[in-house]
Amino acid sequence: MDKRMTAADVVATLRSGMTIGIGGWGPRRKPMALVREILRSDLQDLTLVSYGGADVGMLCAAGKVKKLVFAFVSLDFIPLEPHFRAARQAGAIEVMELDEGMLLLGLRAAAWGLPFIPTEVGLGTDIISKNPAIKLIDSPYDDREWVAMPALKLDASLLHVDRADARGVCQIAGPDHYLDDWFARAADATYVSCDELVETSYFHDPAQARLVFWERAATTGVVPVAGGAHPTSCAPLYGFDVPHFKTYAASAKEEGGIRGYLDEYLGASEDEYQQNVGGLDAIRAIQLPTY
Amino acid sequence: MTATTDFSLAELCIVAASKAFADDGEVLATGIGVIPRLAASLAMKTTNPDLMMTDSEAWLLSEPNPLGKRADDFVPATESWMGFSRIFDNVWSGKRHAMLGPTQIDRFGQSNTSALGGTYEKPKVMMLGARGFPGNSISHPNSFFVPAHNTRVFMEGECDFVSSIGYNPARLPKGRSLDDVDIRMIVTDLCVMDFKGPDHQVRLVSLHPGVSADEVQANTGYPVYVEGDVPTTAAPTQAQLDIIAALDPHNLRAQQIKDNPPGLRAATADA
Repeated sequence: MDKRMTAADVVATLRSGMTIGIGGWGPRRKPMALVREILRSDLQDLTLVSYGGADVGMLCAAGKVKKLVFAFVSLDFIPLEPHFRAARQAGAIEVMELDEGMLLLGLRAAAWGLPFIPTEVGLGTDIISKNPAIKLIDSPYDDREWVAMPALKLDASLLHVDRADARGVCQIAGPDHYLDDWFARAADATYVSCDELVETSYFHDPAQARLVFWERAATTGVVPVAGGAHPTSCAPLYGFDVPHFKTYAASAKEEGGIRGYLDEYLGASEDEYQQNVGGLDAIRAIQLPTY
Repeated sequence: MTATTDFSLAELCIVAASKAFADDGEVLATGIGVIPRLAASLAMKTTNPDLMMTDSEAWLLSEPNPLGKRADDFVPATESWMGFSRIFDNVWSGKRHAMLGPTQIDRFGQSNTSALGGTYEKPKVMMLGARGFPGNSISHPNSFFVPAHNTRVFMEGECDFVSSIGYNPARLPKGRSLDDVDIRMIVTDLCVMDFKGPDHQVRLVSLHPGVSADEVQANTGYPVYVEGDVPTTAAPTQAQLDIIAALDPHNLRAQQIKDNPPGLRAATADA
């Protein structure tokens, strides 16, 4: 089976109003080439589920987002994501604000076909009082109340990985796969951009196969885009682009907001985008961050 | 071990905050931010070598990493993988103690990392979101570090958004006790506090050199319980300062409290 697609093919399968999960974490290993293709499209009224960074900020600023399911939106070294803040402070998006772990439990419930997973997380906080859709339940085994974290079913997930083969075997070679495996399993369709397309024989080395975190049946489409996580990181291949993020963040204070940033960088294709940010070699030369 | 008089307020706070981890046993110590991370690292290097610590990315370390850029030939003392999904397994096991810096802390010890002012639908100031605070607060002990002790952080009334559970009877979940909540220590630029006053009231534990209980109360939006003579926060020893310097070779600690004041307050004009 050949699951190769282009970013445009992926976006052509998406519909306005869908619930879309985005993998990665803050400024790390986000499927930005796919996000950029959504920015070039007519899609709108999306519900995003994300451990958010500039993926969320860009889509909010471009008016693509109806609702956000999140625990944080941050660029780490710029703690407060300015375009997300602007959207919240304008009352422009609905939110389902969660604890980081509750978001994971919601994905697991969706992946496992459960209506909810019980947890104590969220009790006593505004996560419960601000989310009337999250119910408290009694336990059949004790006298306490528990949070019934509902399944977060995704119409589609968008992920970025270091390597994949055409059949959808995906490798994350950086130190953390974050919760990407659960995004892949929680979605009806999972589209994965990859920095390198490899032959299947690449995974015949067990040391390489050990870095595969979900089986290929959970991958719907593979989009080869070298540098496709830019400006986020894709360890160990490249770090996140600090000067670029600063420019992006500063655009929140400009008249017209993100429009100037998009006019300067987005381009009509990923090739144009990469030319606008200095080319693939420049992306691959970005140093990894020190934590 | 002899105390020294030549230390910064940041270093005093690191040493005071490290005491929060001294009796924790074998748990993951998570210090978010420079001073909490140095405090946890100092505890691991001195009072509690059984602590576990991450590299703030994806690995557990047998020895804390120094902060900031490290030499190209630096080899971290990695002992296990500890990506984010495993962090949640650890959090929910309770074997963790986090020290964090929320934007608001109310009289119940509830904290806010999410939104200020306006309405929830349209807040005046949007911040990070709840992050892991709800889960941390109900799963394991937590402490707070506040670099500027004032009535905006320690505010009157209840937090604008409650990110973490505290000692608030009105929000107590069914079948639980306020004693299930475990907020250990608050270290600020003025003092050390805990919630061991009557009915979990915030209590003054120690005052940093030159700070009075009245000054703490004036900068706190709710009553602080003061019991007898409040001791002065212990000065760092030279050995502790040497370990801190080795853990923070770029002196990031000097940028954490406004103007990086000395630990011993200089005499002021009206003193």
